[in-house]
Amino acid sequence: MKSLKIARAFAAALVVAGSLVMGGCDKKDDKGVSTSAGGDKPLTVGFIYIGTKDDYGYSQAHHEGAMAVAKMPGVKVVEQESVQETDQVVQSMEGMINNEDAKLIFPTSFGYYDPYMKATALKYPNLTFLHCGGRYKTGDPGNCGSYFGYIDEAVYMSGIASGGASKTGKLGFVAAIPIPQVRRNINAYLLGARTMNPKATVSVIFTGGWSKTEAEIQAVNSLADQGADVVTCHVDSPKAVLETAKKRGMMTCGYHANGSAINPETYLTGAEWNWAPIYIKYVETIKAGKKPDEHVVRGGLKDGFVKTSPLGPKVTAASKKKIDEATALATAGKLVIFKGPLMDNAGKEVIPAGKEMVQTDDALEGMDYLVDGVLGSTK
Amino acid sequence: MTSFLAEGSLGFWSVPLAMVGQALRVSAPYLYVSLGETLTEKSGRVNLGLQGTLIMGAMAGYAVSSRSGSALAGVLAAGVVGGLLGILHAFLCARPKVNDIAVGIALMIFGVGLASFLGRPYIKPERVPAMSPDISLGFWSANETVRANLQVNLMFVVGVALVPLIAWGLKNTRWGLILRSVGENADTARAMGYSINGVRLLATMAGGVLAGLGGAFLTLAMQGGWKDGLAPGTGLMAVALVIFARWKPLNCLWAALLFGGAGAIAPALQSVGLNEVKINLGFTQLRWGRYVFEMIPYLLTLGIMIFTSSGSRQMAGIPDELTRARWL
Repeated sequence: MKSLKIARAFAAALVVAGSLVMGGCDKKDDKGVSTSAGGDKPLTVGFIYIGTKDDYGYSQAHHEGAMAVAKMPGVKVVEQESVQETDQVVQSMEGMINNEDAKLIFPTSFGYYDPYMKATALKYPNLTFLHCGGRYKTGDPGNCGSYFGYIDEAVYMSGIASGGASKTGKLGFVAAIPIPQVRRNINAYLLGARTMNPKATVSVIFTGGWSKTEAEIQAVNSLADQGADVVTCHVDSPKAVLETAKKRGMMTCGYHANGSAINPETYLTGAEWNWAPIYIKYVETIKAGKKPDEHVVRGGLKDGFVKTSPLGPKVTAASKKKIDEATALATAGKLVIFKGPLMDNAGKEVIPAGKEMVQTDDALEGMDYLVDGVLGSTK
Repeated sequence: MTSFLAEGSLGFWSVPLAMVGQALRVSAPYLYVSLGETLTEKSGRVNLGLQGTLIMGAMAGYAVSSRSGSALAGVLAAGVVGGLLGILHAFLCARPKVNDIAVGIALMIFGVGLASFLGRPYIKPERVPAMSPDISLGFWSANETVRANLQVNLMFVVGVALVPLIAWGLKNTRWGLILRSVGENADTARAMGYSINGVRLLATMAGGVLAGLGGAFLTLAMQGGWKDGLAPGTGLMAVALVIFARWKPLNCLWAALLFGGAGAIAPALQSVGLNEVKINLGFTQLRWGRYVFEMIPYLLTLGIMIFTSSGSRQMAGIPDELTRARWL
């Protein structure tokens, strides 16, 4: 009987320990503070990240935007990293407001918005809260706003580069979890590839989480085993994907930030965020004592919210020409990625013939299908 | 169902191949930590802090390799850091009325947090660290897929070589006998003139060294480099695998390979186009997709544990000191 007791004690200890490791010990107050001279009382702007500010990925892209803001005169930037999408973000916002006198806060991760940011915005009606990911709906607190970039435009360019460069016509996509933004990127990647090779397919593997290194490594290996010769991803940090692909001799397209340093020879291009322009614009508005004009702000290549990495040596001349054409269209605001007739991969028509969905179309933000040519499950 | 099977590819055989490949690629951290914990527990003490030791080893190995340009220096540093954390655990536990499980939990949180703090400059190191080299085990095959999946890291080979060495040492050497006697009955061992705390200190230190080496594998052999939140739960799972392995080094190897390889099932099934299994039960239809596949490693571990257990020998092999009253 003694041994049973011990087994239970063991189990209990493991459970307690596990929840502590996974839930609690990322709490850390690492505030990078940078100040610029000018003005009597600087405007304090807060940035909150889900990861670390140098993670080669999503959070780094926002941090680079924050650093552009820090260079503005009369602005003080406070940052907090590794904040979870829980009550922790409320504490982080409260801290910035009460200890640092922040007037404008950017909680940058998707899950911060509802209910955390909304509740805090109600509590502090005179401050401004702007959320990345675009979940603002009519009726939400008036001092809330959201912004997001049409990064699928840049992913579409990655698709064009990949479709032209692939020998097998089989492309791989390592994705975290099936949410509309991820599905939209996968679909844009395939549609880009099909402009170069109408028979190209994209095989998608969901790893089940934003940061699952082991599964990402396995996913790339499995894709290589099945004959894919180009791979891209939509995970928190693309480093493991890019390095494994290098090991398997595959070509790659990056995501979030420029990943060409890992494999300069076989890096085709990549979709990158460029948050500096929008952050500077928002901060200028608040500094002038005004409120942002719109609650929902969107932008793509045209607005400089996203960009493509410089093309690598393996991008074909035909792909390069096509990318230039598509970029010119995007810059003119005329790029249409999703147009009919378009079938999903279950054989259902999702966009009827003759219908074009412009990038600003709201329906694209709830994308619940993978298009024909994508091998993988929507769920 | 559309499938992604390439001409001349291995078809569904690629799923078991992926499991083997993945087992060779990622199971080393589980192996090192569970071997280390086996040594510690054989002395009659539990070190739950190995998750923290693993992460500290990962960070230290990466940092030292980046600074020195030598992977070997990084691996050795990871071992030293692991050993120091082991000594700290043993030192604290040697105080009167200190509970080893509580100390372990504290050190786990301490290790993960300290690694996060000290590792900050190495998320994007100034110099790319030297990595531990790969060895090709697939040279006999003409199939490129087979060859690519049988690339294994030197550190994994070393880990596998340690298994028979530790098993032999525990069974056939004087040191092994002392260790086991302290773990089986501390009073008897004390009567025989052995220092209980001294033996446990060495055993916990050795366990820490091994866990630190497992950490070095995470950053110097697996891709992805050092980052915050690396391998959450890997060290804990490895500690649990020790019970599963019944405190036998050889079983630790099988457990680690099984658990590492099973993680390949979900991605590999998706890659061959199998996204869902439908089972018709007559009154209802089960649709098992990705989410169920991702549970497989855990289900498998649980299943085998239940299968190999019976009422009479469920804790067979446990060092007897671990069953004595503890301050819980």
